[in-house]
Amino acid sequence: MVCTVRGLVKTYPAARGRRGAPATPAVRASDGIDLDVVRGEVFGLLGPNGAGKSTLVRQLTGLLRPDEGQVRVLGHDLVRHPERAARLLGYLGQDSTALDELTVALAAETTARLRGLETRAARAERDAVIEELGLGEVAGRPLRKLSGGQRRLACVAAALVGERPLLVLDEPTSGMDPVARRAVWAAVDRRRAERGVTVVLVTHNVIEAETVLDRVAVLDRGRVIACDTPAGLKALVADEVRLELVWRTEPPLEVPEVAALWKSAEAARAVGGASGRRWTLRLPPDDARAAIATVTGGPAFAALDDFTLATPSLEDVYIALGGRAEGAEGLVKA
Amino acid sequence: MSVMPAVSGVSGVPGATGVPGVSGTSAGLPGASGVSGASAGLPGASGVSGTSGASGDAGDVGDMPAPLAARARLFPALVAVYRAQLSRARVARIPLLFVATFQSVGIMILMRGVVDGGSEARSVVAGSSVLVVAFVALNLLAQYFGQLRASGGLDHYATLPVPPSAVVLGAAAAYASFTVPGTAVTAVMGSVLFQLPMTNLWILLAVIPLSGAALAGLGAALGLLAPRQELATLCGQLGMSAALLLGVLPAARMPQVVSYARDLLPSTYGVEALARSFDGQPDWWVVCADLGVCAGVAVVSLAAATWAYRRAAVR
Repeated sequence: MVCTVRGLVKTYPAARGRRGAPATPAVRASDGIDLDVVRGEVFGLLGPNGAGKSTLVRQLTGLLRPDEGQVRVLGHDLVRHPERAARLLGYLGQDSTALDELTVALAAETTARLRGLETRAARAERDAVIEELGLGEVAGRPLRKLSGGQRRLACVAAALVGERPLLVLDEPTSGMDPVARRAVWAAVDRRRAERGVTVVLVTHNVIEAETVLDRVAVLDRGRVIACDTPAGLKALVADEVRLELVWRTEPPLEVPEVAALWKSAEAARAVGGASGRRWTLRLPPDDARAAIATVTGGPAFAALDDFTLATPSLEDVYIALGGRAEGAEGLVKA
Repeated sequence: MSVMPAVSGVSGVPGATGVPGVSGTSAGLPGASGVSGASAGLPGASGVSGTSGASGDAGDVGDMPAPLAARARLFPALVAVYRAQLSRARVARIPLLFVATFQSVGIMILMRGVVDGGSEARSVVAGSSVLVVAFVALNLLAQYFGQLRASGGLDHYATLPVPPSAVVLGAAAAYASFTVPGTAVTAVMGSVLFQLPMTNLWILLAVIPLSGAALAGLGAALGLLAPRQELATLCGQLGMSAALLLGVLPAARMPQVVSYARDLLPSTYGVEALARSFDGQPDWWVVCADLGVCAGVAVVSLAAATWAYRRAAVR
């Protein structure tokens, strides 16, 4: 076990209102979190903004002291010894201010030096990681002159230098193009294959979560509402498919079948989002089949612009779990 | 009239719904089915809390802690931070160095109409020269650390095994170094403008690092302690204004209260040391005493900045 979290609680105190800033109530950003991360896996933390993902990783990395609970990383108690985190793990935060005015090469080299490497080793690691991530062309340019995705890639390079058995990456690929993303995942995979490196990854990109994660914990309002393999999580909603309908202009609610479809979907709270001409329906396969027959035949078809039918994604899992807020716990424990 | 709507996204479970017209393109979720295959093979990947430790590395399931990686040692880390900070000058600081120098030279030109030689001229030149140090080391460093703290940039250093003093000292040393050209240019131009002897200007070699360290420590502490970034900027600006007013204006004309404030400001002692060195026969003991005060303040303020850094890094 690389990382064990038990009963983690962190509450941000209420802030008094100031001029121009309204008072905010206390927020329980971690609300009794239990996690176990196994050696060599890519473990994901998935959830919407404000779910408590970053708060959780800041406690894993010793940056934030939890109010209650236990964090053990590779056998070390990080609540009692937060300073040990820096010697156990590599962390990629969301912010790049500390590196913004350095060149890509110097950012990697300095970070390697500050991870305790000798000059020669630091330079070798710098060259290797720049090569590995395809940053050669921009190595001599300062980070803040780069595009968002390239800057993020340079920060990933800084996080990867200096061997660490655990990498904690907070949204590593945000803003990256597909080539850069692939480079990051290849680099992560290589470290995992060669050295058994474990990765804890924050993401809110469900597609990415499905393709790169071994296991994923779904966070909502500071709690883990589900934790399983992506396939295991999707099995929770395997009895549903997602049907997306796009109407040319207004939905033809005057067609009785369409109106009925809308009503039944609304009644079952299966409507994911319906902003005027775009409907997302989560339905049992038989109902979806009937719905498609309805909208592709008869008068509704004239009003239809596009439709998509898909098997559930992690996004559907998230909505299913969060949507049945009270039932979610029962569902997960079952 | 209408085009047949496209169907996409049915992957992994072709024909699960049996809808006519579904062509089974798998464009929607590339690799989605590969994931389930890969993760199914993952040991111990089930259960909500995942306490299936059997598959984990038996060696570290127990309480055998993994070895800790080496810490970065103080001096190499300090050098690395210093080098990195110095390189920032190329990107961001050069315009500001010009501003600092122009400001000081401008003040001297203005004061030339008011002051005519003597001890007042000496204190104007010394004050303007040390003002460059205050502008860069106090004001800009306070802003830098304030910004770093507000944006979360300190996390980068806080998650590296580097001694806090290395970060603070490295940054302070770099900012003190930024002041060297501006201070030297100002002192030389001032000496020319007011016809002061330049023989003892070598004292700048002691004045710049010592007052630079004192003011940089102060600036770093202010930037790291200020609860908000704007306050850090404000403190830095106020500190620089104080150094300007209390350093450049001749002390003899100040009211009693203001001269107490002048005594409290660390830059004053740098100004005094430099001003005294313009004398024909400087009293080196007094110059050394002034520089000693700078050094003492530097030690205290850098220690305070290190403490402030520790406090800011782990919240």
